[in-house]
Amino acid sequence: MIRTPLRPLARILEARQNGENPDAIERENLRIRHEQMRDRARLRAEGRLLVLGVMFFCAFSVIGLRMGHLAASEPTEPRAQATGASIIAQRADIVDRQGRILATNIETHSLYAHPQQMIEPLRTAEALVEIFPELDHDRLVKDFTGERKFLWVRKKISPEQMQAVHDIGEPGLLFGPREMRLYPNGPIAAHVLGGTSFGREGVHSAEVIGTAGIEKYLDTALRDPGRNGAPLELALDLTVQAASERVLDAGMKLMNAKGAASVLMDVQTGEVISLVSLPDFDPNDRPRAPTSGEPGDSPLFNRAVQGVYELGSTFKIFTAAQAMDLGLVNAETMLDTRGPLRWGKHKIRDFRNYGNSLSVTKVIVKSSNIGTARMAQMIGSERQRAFLGQMGMLEATPLEIVEAKGGKPLLPPKWSELSTMTISYGHGLSTSPLHLAAGYAAIANGGYAVRPTLLRQTAPQTGPRIMSAEAAQASRTMLRQVVTEGTASMGEVPGYFVGGKTGTADKPKARGGGYYDDKVIATFATLFPAHDPKYVLIVTLDEPVETSGPEPRRTAGWTAVPVAAEMITRIAPLLGLRPERKPLNMAGVTLISD
Amino acid sequence: MTEMVYGTTPVRDVEPVLPKWWRTVDRWTLSCILMLFGIGILLGLAASPPLAERNGFSPFHYVERQVIFGAMALVALLLTSMMSPVVVRRLAVLGFLASFVALALLPFFGTDFGKGAVRWYSLGFASIQPSEFLKPTFIIAAAWLIAAAQDLGGPPGRLYSFMLTVAIVLMLAMQPDFGQACLVLFGWGVMWFVGGAPMVLLLALAGLVVLAGSFAYSASEHFARRIDGFLTPEVDPTTQLGYATNAIREGGFFGVGVGEGQVKWSLPDAHTDFIIAVAAEEYGLVMVLAIIVLYATIVVRSMIRLMRERDPFIRLAGTGLAAMFGVQAMINMGVAVRLLPAKGMTLPFVSYGGSSLIAGGIAVGMLLAFTRTRPQGEIGDILRGRLR
Repeated sequence: MIRTPLRPLARILEARQNGENPDAIERENLRIRHEQMRDRARLRAEGRLLVLGVMFFCAFSVIGLRMGHLAASEPTEPRAQATGASIIAQRADIVDRQGRILATNIETHSLYAHPQQMIEPLRTAEALVEIFPELDHDRLVKDFTGERKFLWVRKKISPEQMQAVHDIGEPGLLFGPREMRLYPNGPIAAHVLGGTSFGREGVHSAEVIGTAGIEKYLDTALRDPGRNGAPLELALDLTVQAASERVLDAGMKLMNAKGAASVLMDVQTGEVISLVSLPDFDPNDRPRAPTSGEPGDSPLFNRAVQGVYELGSTFKIFTAAQAMDLGLVNAETMLDTRGPLRWGKHKIRDFRNYGNSLSVTKVIVKSSNIGTARMAQMIGSERQRAFLGQMGMLEATPLEIVEAKGGKPLLPPKWSELSTMTISYGHGLSTSPLHLAAGYAAIANGGYAVRPTLLRQTAPQTGPRIMSAEAAQASRTMLRQVVTEGTASMGEVPGYFVGGKTGTADKPKARGGGYYDDKVIATFATLFPAHDPKYVLIVTLDEPVETSGPEPRRTAGWTAVPVAAEMITRIAPLLGLRPERKPLNMAGVTLISD
Repeated sequence: MTEMVYGTTPVRDVEPVLPKWWRTVDRWTLSCILMLFGIGILLGLAASPPLAERNGFSPFHYVERQVIFGAMALVALLLTSMMSPVVVRRLAVLGFLASFVALALLPFFGTDFGKGAVRWYSLGFASIQPSEFLKPTFIIAAAWLIAAAQDLGGPPGRLYSFMLTVAIVLMLAMQPDFGQACLVLFGWGVMWFVGGAPMVLLLALAGLVVLAGSFAYSASEHFARRIDGFLTPEVDPTTQLGYATNAIREGGFFGVGVGEGQVKWSLPDAHTDFIIAVAAEEYGLVMVLAIIVLYATIVVRSMIRLMRERDPFIRLAGTGLAAMFGVQAMINMGVAVRLLPAKGMTLPFVSYGGSSLIAGGIAVGMLLAFTRTRPQGEIGDILRGRLR
């Protein structure tokens, strides 16, 4: 590159010759150079400024266009981000065997607050406390005026409450839709249904999850979107269930019992038509689990399934049936009933002295412990245990509610011969009333083991045969005789040929150490109609005492039996059973008319 | 005769100040600025009563203050615009030194007013944000340095001004005030660009900005949250942005009507950062477009006038001031329409704020002083055959 010097030698020399200042030449050159540089810079700057100006113009235009685009679009109501939208809310209905609703869902709302958006937090807190008296005013004020951005006020509110909250007019109070589980029948079948609560919760929806009963046991199935809304059909019959609860409740009060349970089972299918445990609760407002006292006395406790009791003489028929099935005895075999029967230190006595010997039928009819124990001795421990095991008496029932697992029978630590003898008349083995129902169903259906179920069945169960049809038939005859001439004479319901066996067992003391002598569990296990049984009904009363006579009476014959008879009177027509009456003997009667 | 009797009338060989000012000043820009002032007060009437109510003042407390500050800013603007560029430069450089020191001393004497960033000096009756005054004066100082570098044998002004920029950006980032830091960096970049920066270096600087941005994203949670909020396609309607967007939609083309707007009640920054949302809601798109046109006119017109400027210092300083002014307005509005990530930036002359108003008045006054019509050697150009 050729550089042009600021001090060109030719001009400098010439200037010196003329006596001029040569620096002026340099300055002049510098000025010219600057002028040229500035011109160049100015040209370049002109271009770049133009670019800049155009860029600014474009940027402002973009903002203007975007503003116009926004202004032209529709405003939307402010909404929080829909994070909870993935929660699947639809839960299948539960219906009874006739399709009547036992559990369904209704649309309701939850109430939550955005305290930062509140205009009058203090007034709002006051108004809210007026609508929901259970809220704490000071706490609300603290939450509304504090740093919190979000809080739940109520998880479920009624339409009336929602309107009242609307009327407060506070923009910081917001509603979220909720699907709520509703049990329209209130406490009816509460122990079967159990209850629900909210699981994962968002503003827009909340998961409803089962917390007890069949709602929890079949939670996944009920929530399965693949069900397509198909309801869950139960074996329960709502009307029968309601009638049973009414009768049992009245009976419990009449007999001064502190609790009661009943199970009604179809003997062919094992369907549980009604299952009652008293006291009960309302699953719409499920109480909290008790923290003190006996858990067995809580309304949440399912006595029919969870409660295991020594059910007493009701077990005798199993011993008789097995002994007949094994061919050890028949209905007329005479057994030695001289008491007391000694076994080691233990003595087995009867309620009364029934003489020296009784036939097997009479042993059942009169409920002789000694006679039954003798049969058990003939059967032996091994066979007795196997027989009870086949009936399902040695493990928890497979009923479709979560509580069923808790109803595990209490077995003797060592199945000795003494245990065999006591178990033969219902002591030393604790089972639930539902176990007992399954056992009686096996006798009633001609000898097939039955698995209790809450789900609607379409065909009879064909469980393993556990006794011959003849043994079952003979047992039913004995059970019928218990009612016609034995301890359960109050159990007769005209036209329904009730057969059954009473059981009165002293309650064991809570911390071991023997039995109470004034507290009993009274049970009546029945099947009807006895000649062709369709249903098995178990009624159990906890600590009943009948006080109409001169002395308090506690035996099942005076307590559980009349309650069961009343129940059969009420529910048999509902079950579609027609009373069978013997044709009147018309011979010798002359009908005249004038 | 008269002269002989009464003596000579004094001869004025200089044109009187005011007529000269009126003749040479860019009257379009001046009117745009006056209109922006008016709009600012109009919107203040709408946007600030909720704030006044919250703070327990009479409804128009902030409007009154805005008028007072506005008047002061206007006086500053007019005075500044009457100065010659040399006087402007001298005063601005002095002001720059003062505000630079003030900025440097902020960590020791400043206050954060509970907002988490130390940006203010509290004077009791008012507060001063040194960075507001630093921005325009820095532009002048940097322009002076860059222009001096263009002379043969001049100082290495670009390097000096760059070092100065880095120092200021670091100080601002420490407050933290990333918005102002970006503005300063941007102003310097524009001047450097116009002052003849090589294209390669410009690209390198762009890369550096991206790098710094990603570093800030990973290092500062505050910064990262804002960017994340911008990048998610769904607006969370409970944020300021959500309310602003909804307000613009609510306003539509002609607005919901004076005083009918709702957004000012929900937005804590309705009178400053989101005043454009208030404008959009109450007066509609028409008002917003008018505001945009005013800003665009000021910026673009100043740049076109500066294209003819021969003096490199005036050209650079004017460009820097105009660009910074325009970008600030652009960022503010771009945030409200979600074109840019959320960044607190006032809308010059429209938003409420004493420091920013007066500093803005001074800045635009300087811009007006620089864009005044001056002889630019047009005759010489014509003689040399470069007609335009």
